[in-house]
Amino acid sequence: MSRAGFRSVALGVAWRQIHNFIFNPAFLVPSLIFPLFFFAAFAGGLSTVSKVPSFNFPTGYTAFQFVFVVLQSAAFGGVFSGFSVARDFETGFARRFMLTAPNRAAIIVGYSMAALTRALLTWSLLIVVALIAGMKIDGNGVDLFGLFGLALIVNIGASLWSTGVAMRIRSIQGGPLMQIPVFLLLFMAPVYVPLPLLSGWIHAVASVNPTTALLQAGRGFISGNPTGVLVAFGAAIGLALVFAFWARGGLRRAEAAS
Amino acid sequence: MSSVLFTQIGHVARRSVVRTLRQPAQIVPSLVFPMMLLAINASGLQRVTKIPGFPTNSFVTFALAIPFMQGALFSVMNAGTDLARDIETGFLNRLALTPLRGAALLIGLLAGALVLGVVQAICFLLVGLAAGASFAAGMPGVLVLVALSMLITLGFGAIGLVAALRTGSGEAVQGLFPLLFVFLFLSSMNLPRNLIQTDWFRHVATYNPVSYLIEGIRSLLVTGWDGEALALGFGIAAAIAVLGMVAASAALKTRLVRT
Repeated sequence: MSRAGFRSVALGVAWRQIHNFIFNPAFLVPSLIFPLFFFAAFAGGLSTVSKVPSFNFPTGYTAFQFVFVVLQSAAFGGVFSGFSVARDFETGFARRFMLTAPNRAAIIVGYSMAALTRALLTWSLLIVVALIAGMKIDGNGVDLFGLFGLALIVNIGASLWSTGVAMRIRSIQGGPLMQIPVFLLLFMAPVYVPLPLLSGWIHAVASVNPTTALLQAGRGFISGNPTGVLVAFGAAIGLALVFAFWARGGLRRAEAAS
Repeated sequence: MSSVLFTQIGHVARRSVVRTLRQPAQIVPSLVFPMMLLAINASGLQRVTKIPGFPTNSFVTFALAIPFMQGALFSVMNAGTDLARDIETGFLNRLALTPLRGAALLIGLLAGALVLGVVQAICFLLVGLAAGASFAAGMPGVLVLVALSMLITLGFGAIGLVAALRTGSGEAVQGLFPLLFVFLFLSSMNLPRNLIQTDWFRHVATYNPVSYLIEGIRSLLVTGWDGEALALGFGIAAAIAVLGMVAASAALKTRLVRT
């Protein structure tokens, strides 16, 4: 199959997903509104947490939580693409896709491109709201590029994870299996306070959770003091590669079943 | 109320309870998800208890009120989705041909949610105790807590019935869940209102009825016997239940006219 053929399949799948997302309020509204509510609830409702003794993040609690919400919306934006895959299998549309696409890996790429577009829309809205809310950014343009670059890789990784699940289960009933591991990975990290302020089992789990590295690097970027950048990008790229193989395996299963 | 009405309620309630207990997909998430969030938040936010003025030194005690509210939110889904399925499959139309009274149908339909609510309350209390939570109001407080929790479940279950009757769609009822979660997140669930620093958030939390439901439950765990918090909690829960049942009754009449 030519490179142009691969590209046209990927773009076709992506365009359909993006069109469905933009013109269906049931898809558009939750993915735009939810990150904003999380941001409001965490940055607004928990801003007093910055007064906890030894809490030290000079850029402010709004920026501290902004990084988490960006990474969370990246991950869940990716997970939603698994829902689309599952729905397409339930309606039989995915099987027609598979009949027409000579290289079916392009289908996965198309879903991932749509997930990325969704995440970019969400982040645009999120950053506008955060700036209106008075969020401080001490990092420069390169730092912000690093933060959103990290989020972009997380989005691709989550998209590949959920696509792999959806292609194995081929039903929307697999939704909890796509979401819960991502939810646990995200929340078993230093979400509300920095890692040194966590104690007990959550500290032990957060210390080995790759999300901690992502959060710490992201918070370093926004405060203009990048730390653990290589570890964070290594973890994000490593997960994305593992999930690429996972998604490819899912595609093989779906091909065998159809 | 005549004995016929009680008999009708009994039949519908039995079906509702059996149906709920036969669906692990309804029971498991409504038990596991709130406890998972409790575990994560109680550990992640334990340091918050060091903030001057925080009412307890145990965040798990403070946060134990939240699973009760989350459990009540699941009752919207469970009661509403079951009724929506009855509408979608035509079962409600067949029921409409029988002499079954509307009140019996609505009360009976909430039985499944209430039984699940009791199971949830017991589980949350046991897990809370195991995690080191304390009950300032003692054993009588536990009984009052379960009663308040049941009333909240009844109220939110009635909202689920209204949604099902108005839309006739399980998908639409499921769509309500995130909206209700917003009420939970924009409340005093994570901090007492007087410690919320951001002005707009404190105002929203003050006007949000969910704050008072949580504070009613929380008062029994943290403070002991706080008459004002309990009166507000029971009053708001009762108001939601009454308004919910009135709205569900009106929606049922409209739905039956349509069929």
